[in-house]
Amino acid sequence: MISTSVNTTATIAGVHFKNPVVMASGTFGFGKEYGKLYDVGMLGGISGKGLTLQAKAGNQGIRVYETASGLLNSVGLENPGVEAFLSKELPYWEKLDTARIVNLGGNTLADYVLGAELIQRDANERALEGRRAVDMIELNISCPNVKEGGIAFGVKTPAAREVVRAVRAATSLPLAVKLSPNAEDIAEMAEMCEAEGADAVSLINTISGMKIDVRRRRSVFNNLYAGLSGPAIKPVALRMVHQVAHRVTIPVIGMGGITSATDIIEFIMAGATVVQVGTYNFMNMRAGSTLVEELHQFMVEESITSLDEIRGIV
Amino acid sequence: MATVISNERLANGVYHLRVEGEHGGKMGQFYMLRAWGAYPLLSRPLSIHQVNDDGVEFLYHVVGEGTEIFAGLTPGDPIQLEGPFGNGFPEVEGKVALIGGGIGIAPLYYCARQLPDSDVYLGFSREAFRTEAFRPLAAELTVDVGGLILNSVDFDSYDHIFVCGPQPMLKAAQMKGAAAAAGGRSPKVYLSLENRMACGIGACLVCSVSCRDGQRKACTDGPVFLAEEVVFHD
Ligand SMILES: Cc1cc2nc3c(=O)[nH]c(=O)nc-3n(C[C@H](O)[C@H](O)[C@H](O)COP(=O)(O)OP(=O)(O)OC[C@H]3O[C@@H](n4cnc5c(N)ncnc54)[C@H](O)[C@@H]3O)c2cc1C
Ligand SMILES: Cc1cc2nc3c(=O)[nH]c(=O)nc-3n(C[C@H](O)[C@H](O)[C@H](O)COP(=O)(O)O)c2cc1C
Ligand code: FES
Repeated sequence: MISTSVNTTATIAGVHFKNPVVMASGTFGFGKEYGKLYDVGMLGGISGKGLTLQAKAGNQGIRVYETASGLLNSVGLENPGVEAFLSKELPYWEKLDTARIVNLGGNTLADYVLGAELIQRDANERALEGRRAVDMIELNISCPNVKEGGIAFGVKTPAAREVVRAVRAATSLPLAVKLSPNAEDIAEMAEMCEAEGADAVSLINTISGMKIDVRRRRSVFNNLYAGLSGPAIKPVALRMVHQVAHRVTIPVIGMGGITSATDIIEFIMAGATVVQVGTYNFMNMRAGSTLVEELHQFMVEESITSLDEIRGIV
Repeated sequence: MATVISNERLANGVYHLRVEGEHGGKMGQFYMLRAWGAYPLLSRPLSIHQVNDDGVEFLYHVVGEGTEIFAGLTPGDPIQLEGPFGNGFPEVEGKVALIGGGIGIAPLYYCARQLPDSDVYLGFSREAFRTEAFRPLAAELTVDVGGLILNSVDFDSYDHIFVCGPQPMLKAAQMKGAAAAAGGRSPKVYLSLENRMACGIGACLVCSVSCRDGQRKACTDGPVFLAEEVVFHD
């Protein structure tokens, strides 16, 4: 049972999160599939599969490989495109009582801007009709699995600044920028996002990694490298969240390897306002409901009445 | 959590696992299984071999870390099961051939039980297993060890052909299906694919299959596809 005696809520740029458990982009589809297994409306939020302006087929060949306590993926941003999302997937989100975050990727600066404009236009139309729109854009400048765009924008601060500035100008929706652990200086990157008017930063995206098939004498991935996620990256993610949270005043959305309530507490203590959960969905199909319940239990046990008491305490 | 009823070794590296509980499913569907905690990270997809009143059965081949753990299970052990998932083979009428290669025979046993007048073709590279279980179910049973089982099948004599086996065999079946279609009586050929999976339910796009009309998901649009729809890459 979920206890009502503890306060797990958080707010980012006016967006309400009933609890800090948000499902991470690319690991939760648009929520429909997991919605058949449990009430995804109990989640703090959902970040949808990363979208690009045009539909994308993603990468060929092996797309996933397990490592010691981690997962390498090379999906390559397969997605239906922004327009198909707005017409086909958003109606499902409309009915959910959870924060709705659209994760936006791109190949070029123009793609990012046009994508953000489409989402903004849809939100405007919905506002006129009194319907719920997306609550927040999460700008993905950090996908390591696509050749153009993605990570190319996420490594160097000046390149990232251009994208953040252009997208900020294109939308008035709350904007989180998702940072890459492969950035040259992630704290500097986060400061740039704050200066450019981002409402939050999300981190971390996957860490660029590799796996070689020694018999075939080649990388198992057609794209050579792939993105590492899961428990293996948690210490790195936690350190980066801590580092960034001390350098910016905007909220930090923390993620990387979370598989338990105590993992969530660690990220909150490091300074995260809410967290995201990715790979754990593949280890436990009811990850969301498990974590929400465990978190309440932990808070009761530890006599934590509100997450605000421990946020950034370390 | 479910409980292992039995886990019998049938041949070198091949096991027959029976799990207790009310677990339904259609022919060709699969479950995501794990018999461990956090590691290995992912659950393993296994096809339904048989559904009974008291549980569900699987036939699996030990290839790596996960199936190695399955092989060590003994009666009474707990095992986690999610499913059934996937579309499965269609319910069909007419003359049916079931063609299995190696561990690919796993889902065909459940098919044979439901399509009792089918001709069954089972091919193995080294050692045959579980073939006798098929004998009372099949109109005709052909077993081949060391050859190419597809060479024994006249595609023109069937209305529907279900195939499960290694990728080269699936590709070859696709080509034979296309040749038969060009020749007149065209059997509908269905292939059960074995793409790597992470979520198993359509959310992660890790299991993507290239199809003529675009990308599809092996876990929800498949694992069974009409042969003519699939585009093989390597
Ligand atoms: C829909 C479906 C049904 C299947 N049904 C059966 C069955 O009935 N009997 C059976 O023996 N096998 C079946 N397989 C294959 C089985 O899932 C793999 O052999 C198994 O996952 C290997 O796990 P491992 O840990 O032993 O191997 P490892 O090599 O250690 O696994 C590493 C990773 O690769 C994946 N993987 C490895 N080999 C395969 C493969 N051939 N297909 C898909 N993923 C793979 C694993 O799931 C895991 O994520 C099926 C696969 C799919 C997709
Ligand atoms: C299969 C897969 C697909 C992903 N796709 C996206 C994506 O489309 N956009 C994005 O911003 N991040 C994507 N990610 C990264 C996750 O959202 C998350 O940042 C990362 O996996 C770290 O969290 P975790 O360790 O909890 O998985 C993906 C991760 C995985 C494993
Ligand atoms: S395994 Fe996740 S979409 Fe198929």
